[in-house]
Amino acid sequence: MEPLLRVKGIYKRFGKKEVLKDISFELYPKDILGIIGPNGAGKSTLLYILLGIITPEKGEIFYFGRNFFQERSSLLKRVGFASQYVSLPYSLTVKENLMVFSHLYEVEEPERKINELLELFKLKEKEKVLSRALSSGEMMRLNLVRANLSDPEILLLDEPTAGLDPEYVKYVGTILKDRAEKQGKAIILTSHQLGELEKIINKILLLKEGKIIGYGTLKEVFHKFSVSHLEDLYFKVFGDVNL
Amino acid sequence: MLTFSPRRVKGILLRHLYLLKHSLSRWIDLLYWPTVDLLLWGFITLYLQKDLGGINMPSLFLGALIFWNILIRAQQGLAVGFLEDIWARNLLHLFVSPLTIFEYLLGLVLYSLFKATLASGIMTVLSCLLFDFNFLSQGVLVFYLTFGLILFAWSIGLITMAFILYLGQEAEILAWALALLFLPFSAVFYPVSALPVTFQKISTLVPPSYFFETFRTLLLFKKISFNLLYKGYLLTFLYLLISSLCFFYAFSLAKKEGKLVKIGE
Repeated sequence: MEPLLRVKGIYKRFGKKEVLKDISFELYPKDILGIIGPNGAGKSTLLYILLGIITPEKGEIFYFGRNFFQERSSLLKRVGFASQYVSLPYSLTVKENLMVFSHLYEVEEPERKINELLELFKLKEKEKVLSRALSSGEMMRLNLVRANLSDPEILLLDEPTAGLDPEYVKYVGTILKDRAEKQGKAIILTSHQLGELEKIINKILLLKEGKIIGYGTLKEVFHKFSVSHLEDLYFKVFGDVNL
Repeated sequence: MLTFSPRRVKGILLRHLYLLKHSLSRWIDLLYWPTVDLLLWGFITLYLQKDLGGINMPSLFLGALIFWNILIRAQQGLAVGFLEDIWARNLLHLFVSPLTIFEYLLGLVLYSLFKATLASGIMTVLSCLLFDFNFLSQGVLVFYLTFGLILFAWSIGLITMAFILYLGQEAEILAWALALLFLPFSAVFYPVSALPVTFQKISTLVPPSYFFETFRTLLLFKKISFNLLYKGYLLTFLYLLISSLCFFYAFSLAKKEGKLVKIGE
């Protein structure tokens, strides 16, 4: 089976600091890959390289078998992104922000798609509200709506459940699992909420100081490190790296 | 592979029009200042007209003022439009979408044309009504001069954006200051010959000085100096080429250094 995403030998440094070293992995339909690592491990940099907003020194990225660096624009139509750390322009209403991005992603029938996603992420009643009036959890849900506008085959999510109330963490997790399992989409996500993450993901990529130190299905990686839960794995592998 | 989508360009235009729709301060900036400028200069020149019989001072000054406003609005449409996306921390979202940098610039260019048209339109109507000066009565030359000044404005806008990408948000003051740096040498309200010799030499390198001299020659001597117009355009294209190269270099460097992710933080 052809992978939806193939990453080969990505190397990135900022100045003299090596941030990512020889990163290679593949993503297939129905994969939900959790990128796990402490702060500064290179998780966000890797996501931004996969989105083309940071240029790597070395390496290749293929989406759907096509070279990302040669066909960036057409391939990004099929890749959605949302991050807890980036909000949408505050001075536009929820609906206006989504209309702008539906043009950028050339969404067919934008009104219908926006309404459908606003209903799904329970933001319909906020559509005429200026984005600055949203809570951080609502802003994250708005980001998720934006990320899903073009019905992408791959979703890249940076801390998608941070700032959400517990019931929404569960709800968003269900939506993501549903998208992968029933619709065959692939998802990459980073999160520090290990308990919730373990319920969603089926593959792991462990990053430490820019290097992959573990990659595979949950079962394979748990077996390799002789653990049975993600939290145990995290502390076993990263120990007190953040302390 | 080079791709282009008019719909994505429309998306960028929409983003700035929505912003304008909700912002009283941006409307004031767009409409209030050109009106105040026009009234102030109109009445000053009417007063000066009494002492300088032969020359039509309001036409000279108001025409120059409208052209200068077109330049400023076009330049700021590009540079401040870019800053709006930095302030809103929206660059990341824009450039992880299928939007290309050419489409983004084209969207800002259209927005800058909208702003320049609106501001100059108001000034033209007011100068007709209050000072009996019809800016458009100078015929096709108005179009040539306007187009040349707008191209120059975009070159200044691009170089400003390059500085912001290269130096970070500290350089945002250039969005307002850089065009003004050219003002003394552009011979907007006085002829180049009125400048000290050293300044005259500098003004030969400043494209608007040729456009404003062309305008003055038309009003005072009723003739079009195609020589001046030609030199102005030649120099403008050189500015546009250099500023485009600087911008694309700064943009690619920003992607390499991860600045597009962090700018605005």
